[in-house]
Amino acid sequence: MGLAKRIIPCLDVDNGRVVKGVRFVDIRDGGDPVEVARRYDEQGADEVTFLDITASSDNRDTMVHVVEAMASEVFIPLTVGGGIRNNEDVRRMLNAGADKVAINTAAVRNPDFVKQAADHFGGQCIVVAIDAKQVAGAESPRWEIYTHGGRKPTGIDAVEWAVKMTEYGAGEILLTSMDRDGTRDGFDLALTRAVCDAVGIPVIASGGVGNLDHLVAGILEGHADAVLAASIFHFGEYTVGQAKQRMAECGIEVRL
Amino acid sequence: MNTVAVIDYGMGNLRSVCKAIEHVAPAARVTLTSDPEEVRRAERVVFPGQGAIAGCVAALVESGLRDTLLQTMRIKPFLGICLGLQALYDFSEEGGGTPGLGILRGQVRRFPVEKMTDPETGRVLKVPHMGWNQVHQMTPHPLWNGIPQDARFYFVHSYYVDSADPSCVTGATGYAVRFTSAAAHENIFAVQFHPEKSQKAGLRLLENFMTWDGGS
Repeated sequence: MGLAKRIIPCLDVDNGRVVKGVRFVDIRDGGDPVEVARRYDEQGADEVTFLDITASSDNRDTMVHVVEAMASEVFIPLTVGGGIRNNEDVRRMLNAGADKVAINTAAVRNPDFVKQAADHFGGQCIVVAIDAKQVAGAESPRWEIYTHGGRKPTGIDAVEWAVKMTEYGAGEILLTSMDRDGTRDGFDLALTRAVCDAVGIPVIASGGVGNLDHLVAGILEGHADAVLAASIFHFGEYTVGQAKQRMAECGIEVRL
Repeated sequence: MNTVAVIDYGMGNLRSVCKAIEHVAPAARVTLTSDPEEVRRAERVVFPGQGAIAGCVAALVESGLRDTLLQTMRIKPFLGICLGLQALYDFSEEGGGTPGLGILRGQVRRFPVEKMTDPETGRVLKVPHMGWNQVHQMTPHPLWNGIPQDARFYFVHSYYVDSADPSCVTGATGYAVRFTSAAAHENIFAVQFHPEKSQKAGLRLLENFMTWDGGS
């Protein structure tokens, strides 16, 4: 017995509201991130991630308030990502009650930002988010990272980037397969394994989960330390508890 | 009134700690403070520790909190969290070697990368040690009341406590090495994990702390 593999429900938040809402039968307000997070906490989620897709900085203040409200009521770890550009953004989110911040585009634009943030706040609260897409026609499989919510190719190799970010002090990698995101076909296991085996820090697999066996495969075949999913939980298809039960049946250590 | 001072020397996020205490003890007065006088006045003290250990110890010295802490630790219920556990020991390997407060005997060591292998899968164990791991209660203690043996708590750290005095180890956890995840000595209780992020088990521990008289 030892460290449990984690299940992390993820919410997209726009101007303080959950995008598309969450459809549990018995929830009062499926658009309120705090209420949804509380439900996931009750179901046994190990952490919660909020991705702020808000475009304007005015609305970002709203996100700070959401994080504050969450931290007053839900006592499990919270990661906040989206639009984190500098140490001040990191500070605001951590002071509001976030445990970790996820940095994506800003890390690619200025890798030293990751180093500075890790030095200042401690690497354990700096998550580097990587959006990766398989390079078509490559002889052996390889993946390129994209920024700006997956719109801009960078030419940077995903595995090399993950290793570099580890050296820069990141405490965790949030790895999303753009090829799989939204498909419900399961994680890109080759990508997940390539990154997980290349770095000494924990990796969260993301993108493509359509059923509980996909979560199991992410751990057993992808070698992930944690699995992140959105839609399978949001639409009430499965609870986090059911996901953990299934993982436990497959011999994965989870917090039940 | 039940008053608790949460030590803050300005290195960031302590909101969660305060909110969790307020949640389990709504009638208590929780003060986030770096003022030695305020710490002296409070009935209980929580020391969460923030940032890196060298900065932590230096900030305590600069703010005049070091001596106050050493004093209060002997007379009031005291709860150290994460770095607030590590700082109690003699010495830490972090930052090229940093002396701690020397209240408890032992060393703070970095997880040994060369030994970080999962015995079952043969795969690398990642550092930081991040997530929910089990805490084996080595001795009975009022702060364990109502918390099941081997309950899981949330950890995030790259350094661990290697105690030289087994009589102070009240919780142990395994991750490549077996380390001190909770220490108890007179009215001091200190934990490596984050009770404020450990859901029911963590909230119960905080609740127990808020009613603890400092005895064992």
